[in-house]
Amino acid sequence: MSQVPQELRDEIPSFEKHEHEQHGPIDWSALTSIQGARSMAEITTLVGLAAAIFWLIQGIVVWTHTPTYVFPKPTEVVKTFVQDFSSTEIHSLWVTTIEFLSGLAIGSTIGLVLAALVTLKPFVEKVIAPYVLIMVTTPMIALVPFLRLKMGFGLWPLIIAVALASAPMVMINSATGFRRTDLAKIALARSYGASTFQIFAKIRFPLALPMIIVGYMVGSIFGLLTAVGGEMVASSEQGGLGRDLVYYSSLARMSEFGATILIVAILGVLIYVIFYFIGKRWASWEA
Amino acid sequence: MSANGDVKIRVENATKVYETKTGSVRALEDVSVEVHDGELVCILGPSGCGKTTLLWAMSGLHGLTGGRIMIGGAPITGPRPAEIGMIFQDANLLPWRNLRQNLEFPFEIKHRKPDEARIKSLLDETGLAGFENAFPRELSGGMQQRASIVRALAQDPAVLLMDEPFGALDAFTRDEMNLLLLRLWSETDKTIVFVTHNISEAIFLADRVVVMTPRPGRVAKVYDIELPRPRTIEMTFEPSFISLVQEIKIAVETGGRHTLEVE
Repeated sequence: MSQVPQELRDEIPSFEKHEHEQHGPIDWSALTSIQGARSMAEITTLVGLAAAIFWLIQGIVVWTHTPTYVFPKPTEVVKTFVQDFSSTEIHSLWVTTIEFLSGLAIGSTIGLVLAALVTLKPFVEKVIAPYVLIMVTTPMIALVPFLRLKMGFGLWPLIIAVALASAPMVMINSATGFRRTDLAKIALARSYGASTFQIFAKIRFPLALPMIIVGYMVGSIFGLLTAVGGEMVASSEQGGLGRDLVYYSSLARMSEFGATILIVAILGVLIYVIFYFIGKRWASWEA
Repeated sequence: MSANGDVKIRVENATKVYETKTGSVRALEDVSVEVHDGELVCILGPSGCGKTTLLWAMSGLHGLTGGRIMIGGAPITGPRPAEIGMIFQDANLLPWRNLRQNLEFPFEIKHRKPDEARIKSLLDETGLAGFENAFPRELSGGMQQRASIVRALAQDPAVLLMDEPFGALDAFTRDEMNLLLLRLWSETDKTIVFVTHNISEAIFLADRVVVMTPRPGRVAKVYDIELPRPRTIEMTFEPSFISLVQEIKIAVETGGRHTLEVE
């Protein structure tokens, strides 16, 4: 009986559809399967709504005679964004991006390894679950000033904060993905003599991939928020978009403040779009 | 070749007990069956009679609690990819691979180059040529199951084990698939064990029908099917066919009543 793989040991063979709706705390997979705009009517409505919101805010600001140092007109923000996109802002964008990407690379790797570990050894999950919960619920931004005292004014405290914010998101979603065992497909691979590694590489991993991509998407969004927020609290000497936000608001330069928010927003949407297309390319079979 | 003359598969006193939370289930109790080389045998029975358990034990995917299974003269201790091909319920294609990649999957597992010529001729024969780049969700249920048959046959196994492969198909597609299977089988010398809960499907396909009954799973009766080959759908309308369906139906039902209840 020792030759019988563990996945199949003494289970009554059954082919009930595996539960598709196994998600983490929140069903983020909806994010990767939003229907793209299809018809001209839809596109017109989308653009129209965006324009309506833009001009509504503009109208309110103009009509109430709100001064720029209280709330800038959307047109001024766009003007500042287009005209004064100076080397300072490009530098800040660069710094924030470096912090974000380094932190995500470290955090997601840790998250993936932990997810694999937790799937293989349920005991590990029981032990680390409280810490994962703490990491998810505690804003990692709060760690940055604390790390500054110990590590100085380089990029590392922010990179660590981004890693700590993204790791549990990647881990939770990937673990959900790895737990999707489809006995029939594992049996199929076994019947052709597949090794444990082949079953992982050719069945378990592809099956988990859609959830891993969702984990990366959510982890990236949390990571970006942590990078910008951390810079607002205690930036490095290099600065970053978060420090620019604090700087402009302290001088009541609200047009520049608004333009910086716009950069952060575009960065966030860009991350979403990138993962949307990754999901479309590698996980469309599930939609 | 077989050390047992022309017996390809020999099941000897197979017993399988599953331990569940509510107690033990006797899925197989002292089941003995012989399948000859090149024969097509159907294992027929209601759900819970252990027919799928028996097939999975033959494939080496599951172990037995007692008894043994010999295929080609050697006892089964694990999967034998070179000799045995398994066809599953619901086609069991990998949804993230297109048809061609699905057919190449077993070759990848075995670290072999795909046999393009063989795949091509099988695709032509099953009417799947031209769909190589389609993903499983883009194929009909019948096409998916044909693809899974091609996947198994491309490996050229001597033994084909089929686990209710057409159970999820509609009646018309099922007839079509049965005719296709018989045609493919007649062109080769394969030994086929076909599990089903459909009596007329079993009679239509088989040289012999092994009727199993549940709780505990055991062989109630074995029928030799004398219908001439090649078989046609028209044969299923003949009174002799219909009376055989009735006879086997009664065997399935009374066979269950007369066996000892062991809980």
